[in-house]
Amino acid sequence: MTGVVSPMAAPAALRGAGAWKPAELLFWTLPVIGWFAFPENLPLLTQIAITALFALSLDLVLGVAGMVTLGHAAFFGVGAYAAGMLPAYLGIGDPLLGLVAAAAAAALAGALTSPLMLRGSGLSQLMVSVGINAMLYEAANKATEVTGGVDGLPGVENTPLFGMWSFDLYGRTAYVYAVVVLLLLFWMARRVVRSPFGVSLRGIRLNAARMPALGVPVNRRLAVVWTLAAAYAGVAGALLTQTTQFVSINVLGFDRSAEVLLILILGGAGHLYGALVGAVAYMSIHHLLADIDPEFWQFWIGLIFIVVVLFARDGALGAAARIRDLIRNLILGRGASR
Amino acid sequence: MTAPALETRGLCKAFGSFVATNAVDLRIAAGSRHAVIGPNGAGKTTLVNLLSGLFRPTSGTVHIDGQDVTRLGQHERVRRGLTRTFQINRLFADMTVLESVAMAVAERQGLGRRFWKPLASYGAVMDEAAQLIEGLRIADAAHSRTRDLAYGKQRIIEIALALASRPRILLLDEPAAGIPTRESRELFATLADFSADTTILLIEHDMDLVFRFADRVSVLVGGALLVEDTPARVASHPLVKEVYLGTAQHV
Repeated sequence: MTGVVSPMAAPAALRGAGAWKPAELLFWTLPVIGWFAFPENLPLLTQIAITALFALSLDLVLGVAGMVTLGHAAFFGVGAYAAGMLPAYLGIGDPLLGLVAAAAAAALAGALTSPLMLRGSGLSQLMVSVGINAMLYEAANKATEVTGGVDGLPGVENTPLFGMWSFDLYGRTAYVYAVVVLLLLFWMARRVVRSPFGVSLRGIRLNAARMPALGVPVNRRLAVVWTLAAAYAGVAGALLTQTTQFVSINVLGFDRSAEVLLILILGGAGHLYGALVGAVAYMSIHHLLADIDPEFWQFWIGLIFIVVVLFARDGALGAAARIRDLIRNLILGRGASR
Repeated sequence: MTAPALETRGLCKAFGSFVATNAVDLRIAAGSRHAVIGPNGAGKTTLVNLLSGLFRPTSGTVHIDGQDVTRLGQHERVRRGLTRTFQINRLFADMTVLESVAMAVAERQGLGRRFWKPLASYGAVMDEAAQLIEGLRIADAAHSRTRDLAYGKQRIIEIALALASRPRILLLDEPAAGIPTRESRELFATLADFSADTTILLIEHDMDLVFRFADRVSVLVGGALLVEDTPARVASHPLVKEVYLGTAQHV
């Protein structure tokens, strides 16, 4: 090694080293704006933050590593039940302990199911994920004594956060709590995807057949990210339990798995922010449409999905990037695109 | 006597009733440049796939430095110093050249499981990737996305990714396939610079290139080894003329 830094390595090191861009900082003012702009709607905003975390979890496996899953609610549900059972049966109501327990339980479920997911790819992976989800749903449905079955698991009482902030009726504590957890886990995910490990996951998505020839144990890497994403989904589920103080069997519903996939595609997969943008967009549209047209709102949602797939295949983020390039080209003239 | 860098013993591969590789005994001495030639369908790429671990043989064994690696997967063989390129590019279309080479370098340096610091902040990785890219004379494309590059450039990246793992044994599956003769000459000159003490097994169609580059040549016909000798003697071998060079003239 000569120790001479090449002229082209230096800018790359600076550019990619993970500094937050202005647009990102701007994005993260949204939760603050939301707090002041919609004080009446904090429970909805909390739901958006939780959904965003769930979609972020899916982006780690699907968008970054290219694993196909239509059963991600399995881990959301495991986390939700773990966070519900801890106070309901063991009397441990500390929310942070609940998050840790949920993450651990979901990660365990992820680790156990990863060999199944890695048996195939593409459609067979999709089938396996749906199967895992369905089996967990029926298990929860059957085990009424533990889960409450279709009646759900009530009596989830949380102690105040850090012993100081109790979960109030207006959902203020819940909102700040959910947003802070989302930001923290987003920050970690952002680091992970830029790390050598994260880049190798992208490599696997782009060309899984080449990676072994570079010395990469592909299945081991995918098992790790599958487990990590499961833990993330588990935390999202736990947040739902803790902020609603109830566990419905719907946490394991197939609808939820399908919805989060649609949200990620709507926002744009593979960039992390797509998950957040997708969650904000979907939940807002859903809320507004259900107000305007309570009977047929699903029709309009369907229409929006079709339009997105036809005209912005890479989601809201991809469309935004193209519009940005277009404007840049108009201003700077031809040849200014990247 | 030291063990050959790469060796096969009675290597066979059958796809159903079709025998693609038939009892191949290959010995490739450390530091040699060994070419495998043969008509289309002779089983050359199948042989590379068996050597690199992409395929499991039906019977027979593969040895690296005398050690049996038949049961090891591709990535484990890479860690033992055996790397390959692909006849058809297997690249990372949406990554820049620097990114994909840096990724390969990071894997060789054993950093692939590091999940916290950005890849671009590993100075030793970025420096090595940059040096490799400069050495292969594609520095001007370092920040271009792979998909935006001309085919000839992409072919060099295919090789750059393999060199990033600093192989002791390099399997080149028609590295110059699809690029103009003049460029392929340059490519081989660069390869020769870069891999002075690397053992190379080369699959190639262009006989001029083979006779210039290789010091040993094996002829594969119908999945079996026909002859192995120096390039000059293989070229004048009557059997080889008949089955290989002879048929080539008819095409």
